Formats: sequence, structure tokens, C-alpha cells
Amino acid sequence: MIPMEYYLTVSTLMFFIGVFGFISRKNLLAVLISIELILNSVEINFSIFNRYLYPDHMEGMFFSLFGIAISAAESAVAIAVIINIYRTTQNIDVRQINKMKN
Amino acid sequence: MDFSNFLKLNQEAGLVAVLLVLLICDMFGGEGPKRWLRPTACTLFAVLTAIGFFLPATGEAFGGMYVSTPMTVLMKSLLNLGTLFVFLQSGQWLRSDAALRLREGEFYVITLATLLGCCVMISAANFMMLYIAVELASLPVACLAAFNKYKEESAEAGAKYILISALSSGIMMFGLSYLYGAMGTLYFDGMASMTANAVTVIGFVFFFAGLGFKLSLVPFHLWVADVYQGAPTGATAYLSVVSKAAAGFVLMFTLYHVFGGMEAVWHTLLRWIAAATIVVGNLFAIRQQNIKRFFAFSSISQAGYLLLGIMCGTAQGMASTVFYVLVYLFSNLAAFGVVAAVENQSGRTDIAGYNGFFKTNPGLAAIMMLAVFSLAGIPPLAGFFSKFFIFSAAAAKGEYVLLFVALANTVVSLYYYLLIVKAMFVNPAEEQPIGRIRPDGYNRLSLIVCTVAIVLIGIFSYFYEYIDSISTGMKQLN
Repeated sequence: MIPMEYYLTVSTLMFFIGVFGFISRKNLLAVLISIELILNSVEINFSIFNRYLYPDHMEGMFFSLFGIAISAAESAVAIAVIINIYRTTQNIDVRQINKMKN
Repeated sequence: MDFSNFLKLNQEAGLVAVLLVLLICDMFGGEGPKRWLRPTACTLFAVLTAIGFFLPATGEAFGGMYVSTPMTVLMKSLLNLGTLFVFLQSGQWLRSDAALRLREGEFYVITLATLLGCCVMISAANFMMLYIAVELASLPVACLAAFNKYKEESAEAGAKYILISALSSGIMMFGLSYLYGAMGTLYFDGMASMTANAVTVIGFVFFFAGLGFKLSLVPFHLWVADVYQGAPTGATAYLSVVSKAAAGFVLMFTLYHVFGGMEAVWHTLLRWIAAATIVVGNLFAIRQQNIKRFFAFSSISQAGYLLLGIMCGTAQGMASTVFYVLVYLFSNLAAFGVVAAVENQSGRTDIAGYNGFFKTNPGLAAIMMLAVFSLAGIPPLAGFFSKFFIFSAAAAKGEYVLLFVALANTVVSLYYYLLIVKAMFVNPAEEQPIGRIRPDGYNRLSLIVCTVAIVLIGIFSYFYEYIDSISTGMKQLN
């Protein structure tokens, strides 16, 4: 069996790539994709801890399932908001969304 | 399945019932019933708030995932009360133009949905429940912030809020996954035996960072000003009071009930964060020109004081924190009530617009003055007592350095709160001052109640004594 650390390395990498993408990407949709990376890395974590360390309960798996459903809801709302931005400004570039800077 | 479980959730069940009634009225009602939407929303919700106060239900439900104690009942009633004021204050804005009037019901339904999340969040005794509730509390708020669809600022505020809240919940979940890996369970009771080691500390720090975003603590506060400024004033009031208070309560419960075994770790962390939050919030508030932005930074520094109470870890700390939230709720909502009334009628949100406000609107100016004096903590208003209790709880814990920082910052905060009072009472009016503002009956009611509460809550010791009698400190490890 593949050791647990390998999975954890992948998920941690995914998490920080997501955080980096959230900070550095200029397109709102790309920012949203970065957030999805973060959420997916967490779901890997939960499943792996559950599978390797505590196989007799299913709590971690359930958390992953709920997490997937919630992240879907989250991206639905986020996309709705982004569409709304596009309608008002014809643009989804993060640098252009600075109407309130003062 | 045992359906009597639901009786223990009477506040949440009531919320769902009110939400459904309003949703159905909004969807299927014609013009006639829609006229009654607002009185119905306010009345039903007032009844619900009263139920929380007078018919509290306590106990455990769903296998220990949900816990209701007299303290959680009181906290939820406070949140209900805050939301009720938000409803009362935002009606005038919702009826200000045809596009908004069409969506009046939506506003109530979305607000109630996030309130439901806040309530479940406080009662959660399992991290999965907590996570779902946090999401339920934060997703609809993005819709509220973006409620003014055709205004660019509002859309921008919505986008900023949803992205930040998604990021913060991702970070929080990452922390939770490590905590789960270390402890093998997600129940608070099962995790209470936690001690500080590398994995649990990493887990805690990420979890705390996630909550810190919601509570707008300092390294995580960058979204606050833009969202508060861009969101409709009703949504801003909700964000600054209800959702912040809920996050604070959750932080308190998790620290006391789950992370009690690593108090030394979080105490150090929170000490720095509390000091930074108070100082940064205050310094940035000084130079704000927009009154909503101003209250954003003032609410950041208020969150710092809240943290000061939370980190005590004693029953006294819990009592003073809850009392602080009670007073903050009335003071901040009184201020936002005035801001909303002014914005509805004149469209102005800059502080310069308030120059000479006392000449044209003596009543509203007096209410605003009482509210900011209470936020600054001037005796004999309630804000003085709430700050005093927080400070005495911190002093009992021996936090003298932090206490000094907080006290010095109270003086700084007095300066910028007085800037508003100066604008209203001393500065000469502009050539075209804001005319006479007439808040509608609902808003007037909320302003009167808030003002009376600001004046009386501190003087009558009943409130603090009641809160003190149901407070508990950290769970003792056995």
C-alpha cells in the first residue's frame, strides 16, 4: 500500500498552490479555481486520515462528502456574483475591481 | 429516529418556519400579500425572539452533535434581536425603488438563512456540524452584500466577500483535517483531551485563521473595509453585529471546550492578535472619510476588545464577552440606523455630509452621539460598563501589558469617535446640508429601543448578573 505521507504531501502541495493562486491570479474565475484546489486538498486529507488511521469509523469520509456538496454550493454563489460583476463592469479582472480604493 | 430531538432546536425550528412562511408569501403572493410582507416578517420574528427569551429549551440532540445550554439560548436570542433591528432599519431602503421593492422578500429570506447558520454554529458540538453551519452563515451574506445588483460597489463587495469567505473556510477545513488526523474524532467531547503537539498546533492555527477572517481580526481584516462600504447598509449592519458576534461566540466555545488542553499556546497567540487588532483598527479608523468605512475599522478594533474577553478563559471572561456583545449590538445598530436613514434620504455616506447635522436633525444627531459615546466607552453609558467588565476580567487573569495597550487605545478611539460628534455639532454646515431626515416608523422604533438600551443596560445590573449566573469557564480536564 502507498504510505500515507505520500498522499499528505500531495494534498499539502495542492493546498499551498491553491493559496498561491488565490493571491497571484488576476482573473476572478482563476481565483475561484484556486479555491477549489484548496477545498479538494482538504477532502483528500480527511479521506486519507480516515482510511489509514481510523478505518473503523466513517467520520472523515462523511466530512469529505459534505465538503464536496458545500464547495459546489459555494462555487454556485461565487459564479453568480462574478456574472453580476461582469454585467456591471464588463470585466472580471481583479485589478479592475477597485472602485472603493481611497 | 426520535423526532423529539427537534423540540430542543426550538429557536432554529422557529427560524425555519418563519423563513418558509415568508418564502411562500413572497413566491406566490400577489401585490396584496406583498404589502404585508414587512409587518409579517417583523412580527413573526419578534415573536420568535420572545420565544427564545421566555421558552428556552436545553439539552443535547442528534447524538451530541447539537448542544443547547442557557448560554447558547441567550446568545441566539441576542443574534435574533440584532437581526430584528436590521429588518426594522432596512425596510425604508428596500422600498426606495421599484427594482428593490420587487425583491423585498428575498432580503428577509436570505437574512434569515444566514441567521439560521449563525444559530446552529453556536450550538454545534461537532466540527462537521460547525463547518456546515459556518458555510450556511457565510454564503447568503455574499448575496446580501451583492443585493444592490445594479450598483458596481455592491457587486464588488459581494465578490470580495464570497472569495474571502471561501478561502477562509478552506483554511479552516485544512486545520480541521489535521485535528481530525490527530484525534480521530470530530466531537468536541472526544477532542477535549487534546494536548499541544506539532499536529494539533498546526491544526489549531489554521482553524483559528479561518475563524479570524470571519471575526475580522488583524492579519485577516483586509476585506472588511471594502465589503462594509460597498454592501447595502442593512447588510453592513448585519455583518458588523450578528455575523461577527456569532463568530466570536464560536471561537469562545471552541477555545474553552476543545482547545483547553493547549491554553498556553493559544493564549500567547491571542495576546498578540488582540493587541494588533485593537491598534490597527484604531489607527486606520482615524483617517476614514466614509462613514461606513469608518465603522468598519471601528468594528475591527471592537473585535479586538472582544478577543480580550474571550482569551481570559474564565467564567468572568465569558460573562464580560457576552455582555460586551449585548452592548455593542445596541450601540452599533443605533449608529447604523442613523446612517441608513441618512443614506436613504440623501444618498450620502461621507462624514463631511454630517457637518452641521445637529442644526437640521437634533434628534438623530443626539442618538448618533450616544451611540458613538457608548462605542468609545464614556460613562454612564452602557459601553463604559462593558469595557470595564472586559478589562477587569483581563486584569483578573494578570494581563497587565495587554490591558495597558487596550486602555491607551480607548483614548485613541475616543479621538476618532469625537470627530463624528464634532462634525455634527461643531463644524459649520455646507452650502447644501442634508435636509430634515425622516426615518420611517419601523426605523424610529429600532432607534428608540437602541437608545434606551444604551442608556439603561449599564445602569441596571440585572443584565450582567443574569449573564454572569449562566456563564461557565473552561472545561476542566479530568
